[in-house]
Amino acid sequence: MRNFSVFDIIGPIMIGPSSSHTAGAARLAKVAASIAGGRIKRVEFLLHGSFSETYKGHGTDKALAAGILDMEPWDENIKNSLETAEEKGIEIVFTPADLGDVHPNTVRFIITKDDGSVSMITGSSIGGGNILIFDIDGQAVEFTGERPTLLTRYRDLPGVISKISSILYEENINIANMRVYRNEKGKMANMTLETDSIITEDAMNKIRKITEIDNVKFINPIVEGVL
Amino acid sequence: MFVSTGKKLIEICTQKNIPIWEYTIQEEIEKSESSRQTVTDKMKTTLHVMMSSSTYAQENEVHSVSGLIGGDAYKIKHYADNKNTLTGEFMNRAMARALSSSEVNAAMGRIAACPTAGSCGILPAVVLSAGEKLNKTEDELTNALFTAAGVGIIIAKNATLSGAEGGCQAECGSAAAMASAAVVEMMGGTPGQALSAAAIVIKNILGLVCDPVAGLVEVPCAKRNIAGTVSALTTADLVMSGVYSKIPFDDVVRAMYKVGRQMPPELRETALGGVAITPAGLKYKKEIFKD
Repeated sequence: MRNFSVFDIIGPIMIGPSSSHTAGAARLAKVAASIAGGRIKRVEFLLHGSFSETYKGHGTDKALAAGILDMEPWDENIKNSLETAEEKGIEIVFTPADLGDVHPNTVRFIITKDDGSVSMITGSSIGGGNILIFDIDGQAVEFTGERPTLLTRYRDLPGVISKISSILYEENINIANMRVYRNEKGKMANMTLETDSIITEDAMNKIRKITEIDNVKFINPIVEGVL
Repeated sequence: MFVSTGKKLIEICTQKNIPIWEYTIQEEIEKSESSRQTVTDKMKTTLHVMMSSSTYAQENEVHSVSGLIGGDAYKIKHYADNKNTLTGEFMNRAMARALSSSEVNAAMGRIAACPTAGSCGILPAVVLSAGEKLNKTEDELTNALFTAAGVGIIIAKNATLSGAEGGCQAECGSAAAMASAAVVEMMGGTPGQALSAAAIVIKNILGLVCDPVAGLVEVPCAKRNIAGTVSALTTADLVMSGVYSKIPFDDVVRAMYKVGRQMPPELRETALGGVAITPAGLKYKKEIFKD
């Protein structure tokens, strides 16, 4: 039986109308933008299931654009996000799509950055404003963004995981959850690692220096702060 | 860990001689490993969001993104001010508050889900209206939200708070039950009386389906927030008069869950049944999604 917090019951503080179609959508887009990194030029949102059928009435489109603009799920400017994106010169496109056997509230972000590179991130809004990211650039992953998360792509050689965990240990950061994915032995692998406390700047810099690591991203959780 | 049943909650509160809100705060401090100040400050922030959402649409005509609802909280507020109402200024002001949060929610304003966005009007309307009438302080109002959260945790553990899983009874029903229990404690009732109120509220809404027109959290949701508010307030009086629920809270919560599971998917937030598929409901849907 889940051990609920009072703020699971009374909360989140959010922009309406729907925790899954609005707050969760904003959260998904904010995490997707932070995974993509860099300056964003264009985003195409492939909307699946209930997202594609009801996105206008629920303001899912505005929430998604707001997340790309790094707005928080409780930001009252969400309702003007499409205009804000236009002012900032970010092209926003919504396309209904069939993404297969996935949660009804699923969206795929095709994010084009200023340097022309493209990131593809897929995730679902799974209820109550909670989210799950499950695909980054065609690679299966699984994380919720509720905890500080490290995403890395590295050469699948012995000792890489141990190097990362040693750095976290030195900084007294406890690992809550870790998943490793690879398509082929000895080639590139992906890892998502969730921690109990914020990954310090020091730890990030040390991890970035590990030679087998191709790239690494750190996603901090979206926590209600000052309103 | 927070107790799993209402029976245990009453036992532990009686044994320690504390109200539900105090037990709930203590458990949250332990679970979150934070200070009492941090936990109560966070709830106070939530209370402020509720104060704002339950007031805004009374003073400004607020319309939803789809255009389906809006402007009604403003109407009720002015009607309440006339004082020629049947159920009195208190009840009319409570109804206006409930609708205000629901309208703000549908217009992409800021609300606190309690327990859900669709039912976000009930708890603020009930707690703030009762608090105003009883001259309660901000700290006492914050405590009332902890009572509500404690009751909500037990419902979440044994049933569901989601309309997609349990119908509207699980959303607006739970919200009203939580709110009624909170007011009973605010009025000096015992934990047993608080849960009796929660049980009565749920019994009176048992079986209510979730049938949103066009799949949006507007019709009939906004007015169900009013119904839940009225039920929570009148039930608090009922219980404080000495009336109690013949069926215990835990039994009622389990019954609510079972009834939810027995509902066909058409009546659980899919917009494929109930008022959503009436001729008027379908006409609204067509108008909203015409392009």
